[in-house]
Amino acid sequence: MEFFLVQSLNGISYGLLLFMLSSGLTLVFSLMGVLNFAHASFYMLGAYFAFQVSAKIGFWPALVVAPLLVGAVGMLVERWGLRPVHKHGHVAELLFTFGLAYLIEEAVHLIWGRSAVEYRVPAELDGPLFQIMGSQYPIYRGFMMLVSVAMLVMIWLALTRTRIGLVIQAALTHPQTVEALGHNVPRVFMLVFGGGCALAGLAGVIGGNAFVTEPGMAAAVGPIIFVIVVVGGMGSLAGAFIASLLIGCMQTFAVSLDWSLGGIKISQVAPVLPYLLMVLLLIFRPKGLMGTREG
Amino acid sequence: MKYEPLNLGRWILWSATALLFVAAPHIFQGGFALTMLTQMGTLIIFALSYNMLLGQGGMLSFGHAVYSGLGAYATVHALNFIGKGQIYIPVPLLPLVGGLAGLAFGVLFGYVTTRRAGTTFALISLGIGEMVFACVLMFPGFFGGEAGISTNRVVGTPFLGLTFGPAIQVYYLVALWCFLGMAAMFALTQTPLGRMANAVRDNPERAEFVGYSTQHVRFLQLVLASFFAGASGALSCINFEIVSAENVSPIRSGGVLLATFIGGMPFFFGPVIGAIVFIFFVVALSGFTKAWLLYLGLFFVLMVVYAPGGIAALILMQLQVIRAGRWRELAPAYALALLAALLALAGVIGLVEMVYRLSEQGASTVLQVFGLSFDARSAPPWFVFTAVLAAGLAALRVTARQADERWGAIQLELQAKAAA
Repeated sequence: MEFFLVQSLNGISYGLLLFMLSSGLTLVFSLMGVLNFAHASFYMLGAYFAFQVSAKIGFWPALVVAPLLVGAVGMLVERWGLRPVHKHGHVAELLFTFGLAYLIEEAVHLIWGRSAVEYRVPAELDGPLFQIMGSQYPIYRGFMMLVSVAMLVMIWLALTRTRIGLVIQAALTHPQTVEALGHNVPRVFMLVFGGGCALAGLAGVIGGNAFVTEPGMAAAVGPIIFVIVVVGGMGSLAGAFIASLLIGCMQTFAVSLDWSLGGIKISQVAPVLPYLLMVLLLIFRPKGLMGTREG
Repeated sequence: MKYEPLNLGRWILWSATALLFVAAPHIFQGGFALTMLTQMGTLIIFALSYNMLLGQGGMLSFGHAVYSGLGAYATVHALNFIGKGQIYIPVPLLPLVGGLAGLAFGVLFGYVTTRRAGTTFALISLGIGEMVFACVLMFPGFFGGEAGISTNRVVGTPFLGLTFGPAIQVYYLVALWCFLGMAAMFALTQTPLGRMANAVRDNPERAEFVGYSTQHVRFLQLVLASFFAGASGALSCINFEIVSAENVSPIRSGGVLLATFIGGMPFFFGPVIGAIVFIFFVVALSGFTKAWLLYLGLFFVLMVVYAPGGIAALILMQLQVIRAGRWRELAPAYALALLAALLALAGVIGLVEMVYRLSEQGASTVLQVFGLSFDARSAPPWFVFTAVLAAGLAALRVTARQADERWGAIQLELQAKAAA
């Protein structure tokens, strides 16, 4: 029972982190039709920026500064990289972000080296939060959940209650009309792209020290968030939310369970499970959990 | 009877290609050149098979290495069986084994991936690629884990006196299969299936209305492409005598995408150029600098932004001008743009190499670039290279626009003349 409780909490905190990543990706995809292949690279940038900034001025300022920096990088990329490619179509945009992922990974190699950096959980968040029947639950896991939920509530409020949020929502479905009403839609695109990157950056700030900050972290998490987007249904935020929690819990349980099936341990099969889920879903429900488009 | 004039140009081109394949090891002599040529031959088949998806079928795949890698695994086991004397297949026919294995997996995975097109197809192919990569590491009994499975290509009775021990024999084996593969894939573009693949790429809705199932066309195209991918995997297995998880890795899949796009995916022969350039980057440049991947990535991103048709398109743009005999008018503008580009490149190289030296622990920070020696920890070289880069970019902006305008003007005149 205690095992189940602790693992579900771990799974939910991991799932929320995944949703912070996949929500930005989904928003950008539904607004611009661009699947940002470099999204996980911005997650990695967030972790590295946080490492650098927290070494200078501490973790708490870094929690704010690093995502803003990542967002700024994202906006620059949208303005000077993605927008000129837009006229060549979606495949060119996807390829551009694919090349960008290469470049960011290599730049990280060049600047911070090939091994992991010492990005640690701050001392005040280190330690157990509470005990359930003898097993401890770390404070930092709780902090991760808190940050993710707070961020998601803020985004939801921003999208539904503010003027710019309404413009973004309108631009999702009727970009021409929004433009005709005098709003600068390309600038909205830039803001959303930067916002999505900042969200990924924030996930990097809190995920980088919970797990490990190394040049391979983008390639490790990238495919998972793409699977989430496909499983949830392309462009559906609600679907991405369900899929994130599902895959977060599935991964956490699979890694920690000790069962074996035909000589193969569940923990060994863990890396394949999300992809298997994707394949099965595509066979039985091609549009994803909450998706609307079939093609 | 159809009216089919003898396409002389095409015959000349293919004969020249065959001659080049035969003559290449004699033109570029030495062991290093031979290794590069063999790898180029292998990658040419792989890139062409990838272009059956991307260029001809409009399917952007991030998991094509699955088919070549699994083909390679099938080949390595076949070779080991031959070595133990349990079966006999002549070594030159092994690419068929790899190809058939690739085809079988193409049928299996293609059934899932080709259900969707566009971005979703790209994501699913990525997922399948990751899944196969994870599986390969999961079953070390069959796949050999990280270390892979090694083999020996000199097995069984020599085929027509060929043992395939010497590298030159392997080169000619690769060259022969490469030529056959090129011819077969070109022939496929001329078949109704090849044409329908183009139609599905350009306008899936109309293709459906003509009475074809787009899913079926995509499926067939992917299955055929995975055959050639498997054959190229078999050739690389014969060449390197080892197959490891790296053969099915997402890095391989990304590599073939880069090679194909850099070469030029709208043209049949584009990937051939791309494969040659890519091997140059991977094999030759990686010997000089550890930042070669960064240069390759930069090159790729620049191609995506400025030349989506790849190197092939750039060449074809010039061919028209050369044919009209007006190349001389363009040469000065091109020379200036090239100079500016080289200047910017020098700035980039200087900055990248300095960053790299500073980050690498234990490396000397004293660099020797362009025959100069300086310390990356001192400020002056940073200013100099930044200035060089800025000057190069500014000059490139001006000169490139001039060259582009000149080319456009000539193009307009040629069109007017053709219309008159």
